Amino acid sequence: MADQVIYAMYDDDDVLKDGAKKLVAKGVKVEEVFSPFPIHGIDPIIGVEQTRLGIFAFIYGLIGLTVATLGMRYFMVVDWPMNIGGKPNFTYLENILAFIPITFEFTVLCAAHGMAITYLLANRTIPGMKAQNPDPRTTDDRFVIELRTSQNTQFTADELESMVKGTGIVEFEQKTI
Amino acid sequence: MEFKVSNKAKVFTLALIIVGVLFTAIGVAMNVGDHHFAQKFLTNGLINSFFFFGIGLGALFFLALQYATETGWYAVVKRVIEGIAGFIPYGIGFMVLVLAVISAMKGAHIYTWMDPEVVAHDSLIQGKTAYLNIPFFWIRTVVYLGVYYMFWTGFRKRSLEEDKVGGTDIHFKNYKKGALFLVFFAVFSSTSSWDWIMSIDVHWFSTLFGWYTFSGVWVSAMVTMVMLTLYLKKLGYLPKVNDSHIHDLGKWTFAISFLWSYLWFSQYMLIWYANIGEEVTYYMMRIENFKVMYFATFLINFAFPMLLLMSREAKRHAGILTFVGLIIMIGHWLDVYMMVSAGSMGATASIGFLEIGMAVLFAGIFIRIVLTNLTKAPLTPVNHPFLDESIHHEI
Repeated sequence: MADQVIYAMYDDDDVLKDGAKKLVAKGVKVEEVFSPFPIHGIDPIIGVEQTRLGIFAFIYGLIGLTVATLGMRYFMVVDWPMNIGGKPNFTYLENILAFIPITFEFTVLCAAHGMAITYLLANRTIPGMKAQNPDPRTTDDRFVIELRTSQNTQFTADELESMVKGTGIVEFEQKTI
Repeated sequence: MEFKVSNKAKVFTLALIIVGVLFTAIGVAMNVGDHHFAQKFLTNGLINSFFFFGIGLGALFFLALQYATETGWYAVVKRVIEGIAGFIPYGIGFMVLVLAVISAMKGAHIYTWMDPEVVAHDSLIQGKTAYLNIPFFWIRTVVYLGVYYMFWTGFRKRSLEEDKVGGTDIHFKNYKKGALFLVFFAVFSSTSSWDWIMSIDVHWFSTLFGWYTFSGVWVSAMVTMVMLTLYLKKLGYLPKVNDSHIHDLGKWTFAISFLWSYLWFSQYMLIWYANIGEEVTYYMMRIENFKVMYFATFLINFAFPMLLLMSREAKRHAGILTFVGLIIMIGHWLDVYMMVSAGSMGATASIGFLEIGMAVLFAGIFIRIVLTNLTKAPLTPVNHPFLDESIHHEI
């Protein structure tokens, strides 16, 4: 059987949230929600896994910390010892205070950029990529719930349609993919 | 729900007070012949008065901040904040008492600038007498404490009134008064830390000192709020407080720990880098005599909250929050100890029976007063305009 995908469009995020709650309570699996902004509290309702982005940020930060420390030690102490303002040089540890601001900056730089790039890759929203959302209006003022019949085999497509239509939607679309 | 101080809490605070008195008595007996005794005793009085008064003041500042920003989420923990801020009148009493005794004893070798004989031979202090003299010191102290007290009684009165009448008039009044308080606090938090603490190291000065002290005060207050909220929730008194509120309080603790570390480091690094004789004395003295304790304090107050409170789960976990809270509470007490005691007692400062005893005694009194304050009003505000938002707070 061909997989049917159902797009239910709402014009209010709270209505969508209530709708999603009702659907999930009946045992419907919601595949995805598209929204112009993050809807607070939607993740646990539709069962989105906890993001691992924070762990990645921590790892990128550690990389930044390590690279900054090793790099500065090499540039300032090993390769060409620098004497600035009469501070004791030739040793990293005794001058560590001077290196901390740069270490901090580089840690933040790596964590922030790494996290942003990972986020764009994971969402497949790198500039130039094909848009994932079903309708351009979900980047403006509309909110869409996506259901798939293959994930809700206990219901027929008609049953799903009537259930979705009872949740205050403004538009309904069904496609075969 | 009406809060009652449980018998367990009564016994616990009483035990703290008794242990505190006992240790203090042992400490007094050990030190009484020493000609530094009065100085040592008053130094400890100043440390603990300031530390616990600071917790109350930090809570008052936090409350004013929520008013001025018209915050919604905090409504269900508002009474917890007020319970802690309610220590302010008592803290003011302790501060006035200690400062009065010190200034009656011509500074008691703590504020050397109060002693005319010292000033006569010290050209550096002579240059500062326009600001650092006893009458002006007391004018400032009375103004700080008076303003704090007035704002606190006003906030509390309106908060209780709001429970009865509801509406939004009180909310908008609080909004204005909260913003006004922040204006006063912005100046007073800096200048009062110069007067009460920085003037102990009278030859030394740092423009960052006020913020550094204030951030320490703020963290201590946040930690107290977290632990008190968890305690009340565990006893079932705060049914409306959910994980998100705890998470938010945890985030504040985490963030303000960073603020403190950032200011500590900024002050330290700039002075280290410039390496000017007048400025480095403060750190030379502390590093030569208390190297381990001084840097350990920084590491405790920075590394513990950073590593343990970084993840989302940790900020919602009562056990981890309490553990980190207790550790950095001690860390910030040590921070105040380092500021006051190392400046006043110099190389002879040490932690013994007297120090521990007085800290425990003050902690016992503080906890008892805060818990008693909580019994005086419903633990969840009845008519706060943002109560509904706060109950549904979810992040």
